[in-house]
Amino acid sequence: MPEIRNMTMNFGPQHPAAHGVLRLVLEMDGEVIERADPHIGLLHRATEKLAESKPYNQSIGYMDRLDYVSEMANEHAYVLAIERLLGITPPIRAQYIRVMFDEITRILNHLMWLGAHGLDIGAMTMFLYCFREREDLMDCYEAVSGTRMHATYYRPGGVYRDLPDSMPKYEPSKWHSAKEVEKMNENRRGSLLDFIEDFTRRFPERIDEYETLLTDNRIWKQRTVGIASVSPERALQLGFSGPMLRGSGIEWDLRKKQPYEVYDRIDFDIPVGSNGDCYDRYLVRIEEMRQSNRIIKQCVDWLRNNPGPVIIDDHKLVPPRREEMKDDMESLIHHFKLFTEGYCVPEGEIYAAVEHPKGEFGVYMISDGANKPYRVKIRAAGFAHLAAMDEMVRGHMLADVVAVIGTQDIVFGEVDR
Amino acid sequence: MLEMIRQMLNATVGQIVPAAWQAQTVEVMLIVMQITIILTPLMLCVAYMVYAERKVIGSIQGRIGPNRVGAFGYRLAGLGQPIADALKLILKEIIIPTGSNKFLFVIAPILSMAPAVAAWAVIPFAADTVLADINAGLLYVLALTSLAVYGVIIAGWASNSKYAFLGAMRSAAQIVAYEIAMGFALVGVVVAAGSLNLGQIINAQSGSLLHWYWLPLLPFFVVYFISGVAETNRAPFDVAEGESEIVAGFHVEYSGMAFSLFFLAEYANIILISVLSAVLFLGGWLSPFEGVLPKSAFTLPVIGSVLGGGIHWLLLKTSLFIFVFLWLRATFPRYRYDQIMRLGWKVFIPITLVWLVVIATLAKLQITPWFN
Amino acid sequence: MLSNYLPILIFLIIGLLMGVVMLALGFILSPRRPDAEKQSPYECGFEAFEDARMQFDVRYYLVAILFIIFDLEIAFLFPWGVVLDQIGWAGFWAMMVFLGLLTVGFVYEWKKGALEWE
Repeated sequence: MPEIRNMTMNFGPQHPAAHGVLRLVLEMDGEVIERADPHIGLLHRATEKLAESKPYNQSIGYMDRLDYVSEMANEHAYVLAIERLLGITPPIRAQYIRVMFDEITRILNHLMWLGAHGLDIGAMTMFLYCFREREDLMDCYEAVSGTRMHATYYRPGGVYRDLPDSMPKYEPSKWHSAKEVEKMNENRRGSLLDFIEDFTRRFPERIDEYETLLTDNRIWKQRTVGIASVSPERALQLGFSGPMLRGSGIEWDLRKKQPYEVYDRIDFDIPVGSNGDCYDRYLVRIEEMRQSNRIIKQCVDWLRNNPGPVIIDDHKLVPPRREEMKDDMESLIHHFKLFTEGYCVPEGEIYAAVEHPKGEFGVYMISDGANKPYRVKIRAAGFAHLAAMDEMVRGHMLADVVAVIGTQDIVFGEVDR
Repeated sequence: MLEMIRQMLNATVGQIVPAAWQAQTVEVMLIVMQITIILTPLMLCVAYMVYAERKVIGSIQGRIGPNRVGAFGYRLAGLGQPIADALKLILKEIIIPTGSNKFLFVIAPILSMAPAVAAWAVIPFAADTVLADINAGLLYVLALTSLAVYGVIIAGWASNSKYAFLGAMRSAAQIVAYEIAMGFALVGVVVAAGSLNLGQIINAQSGSLLHWYWLPLLPFFVVYFISGVAETNRAPFDVAEGESEIVAGFHVEYSGMAFSLFFLAEYANIILISVLSAVLFLGGWLSPFEGVLPKSAFTLPVIGSVLGGGIHWLLLKTSLFIFVFLWLRATFPRYRYDQIMRLGWKVFIPITLVWLVVIATLAKLQITPWFN
Repeated sequence: MLSNYLPILIFLIIGLLMGVVMLALGFILSPRRPDAEKQSPYECGFEAFEDARMQFDVRYYLVAILFIIFDLEIAFLFPWGVVLDQIGWAGFWAMMVFLGLLTVGFVYEWKKGALEWE
């Protein structure tokens, strides 16, 4: 009689639940996972190396492409590192704008996570509900930066430009008559801030809607409660951060513990879980969306009442305005220098981290005084989480692997870099 | 009508076939004609159920669903979509993977299609309108709905792909879990009706809305429908396909027409389970107004036939169940397969066992109005 | 009475034929350009580690045995259900005893943990 062996199987990269290009080599006894071996690198684009060969500002766009569902949060860490090396602080209005967009990004990321996690476990409708709200937030991205994803909006010294007074609007087409478009544009008549405020008013109800579908759903609970529990001690040892760590019950949030920008002036809570299983992490992220909504509201109120500059007035670092450039020799030279050579950063090294939606996202940067960084190292939260895959899925079933990939909120842009 | 056709056939066939075989030939030809009359609308329903599914789930999810493919330059709300899909699928290459068992690989989709179709032989569409009025109708249906799983298991085995294999194993586990609960539910119906003939089961439910078996056999009704969802591999029990886990499960290696046969079989099975639920528990073609409106209402010229029992009620009830199928798919996450087994063995079987004893006792004691 | 089953036989044949004809149509009308990559079994884009047809532990063989017993029981229950009103209380109790015995077996298996897998 032939012996009964374990089955070794490739899970991904061409797999609907691989969240991009994850390749897991699974060793299974029946459907029970004995060993899970994540293989990475299929989306490696050498971001860190590329950054070494370009002036500082030209790498901001690469940061967007790391974790491509929470672009501005990536930019934030990179820009923060440059600012700390240069020893500059952006104007207070820019800091509020950054906080607001960080939180918009957090909601964008968590919506993507919720939709994908739901879809992985089979709740197909969640995906489309989440994308409905993401659409509005991506329009906010579009309003400030002109693009819906890869914004390149944060710059050393502030943000690229002030919040616009008008929102992009829908236009009548073959599929939507003028009357329908009128209705769709209803909340887009005012400024961007009006639109965001309107969104924060609507959004809590939407979260309630998601929770109606999932939170008390028996099947959802059967699929997530007790799956991939991680004890607080173990979570620390594995280098977890963000919702993965908070789901295990450790109250650690860079926004509170090491406040950057204006987070210390803003009122919000940190949700923590108790069992460290998929369900707790789900609840933590849902609550984070509510808290982000709260933060955005506070930022909108402040930004409405406090106009001012959004970027520092130092043309060695920040390009002059277009009109100035056209009739002022000095400005033209500044402009030319900035977009060809860039600026030089004093010698030194720095680690700047932000509370990225997925965890701690840090940029470690060494400058040798040139106009390009000597070395950039990116600390991606997802990398540490993925490393714990084996431990989290061992003893669970194949269907739970999918739930665990979902709960880790893996995006390969940042893991493979 | 039937007699007229029979005479016409007799006249024509008589000239070709020897007289000794004439009666049998005419009989077979008549049956084939009747089968065509059943199958053509059925296949259309299957095709348009896909369309209905996409539209219904689309509107649940705040989308539009298919709305582009029409005919003759008109969009017609996308009604041309199923036909376009069918044409596309028929023109796609059928890939037979290396290492697969070619014979089994090709035969599996046929095996899953045939029972889903053949079960319609015993479905009563209206009073005395049934192709084969056999006494073991229910047994026949139970046998055929169980056969469908062989296609799935053979497909998974023949494909020589691990994902397909896992799908087949899961499907086997599922059938083991739900077949029994389904069987017990049907036994409950048999005990209540005292017959295995589907027409007689419907007749036994006549009286009023409250005489239909959904009320006295409520646990069986629920268990049967849920088991039906499980047996057709539909969400939330679609572990044999589970696209986010084992990609497409048993039919991951199938393409073109071979794939679409599985697809058609799945939808034909959904319609079959829906029609059976309507026949067994919601009084089939019986009218819900029976026993509510005075008898004279049913003798009115047009309104009477609409209000009275007939095939339209069966179709309405069936559509209701089909809608529930779609609704479930749009709402629920997917079970894990051991949880499906737990539900089947630890919840459904005890419930049906207990209720079977209750029903048998009630039937034995002839408790009116249901058992007399 | 057997003549009633003729339509069923024909229906079964037509059901099978339908599948065969559709599949044949597919084979006739579709292109056929196989190559090694296209025909390789799907395993998420990588070479398969080993043959898919290997022996591995299915965890529910005990349940499968239980399944056969229960399925047999259902086969007995069908005729019993049809003639329930003709067989008197003796027939009723006979089946109840049978059901009871099987339930005892079911409970035993449940307590033994045959219904637990993972």
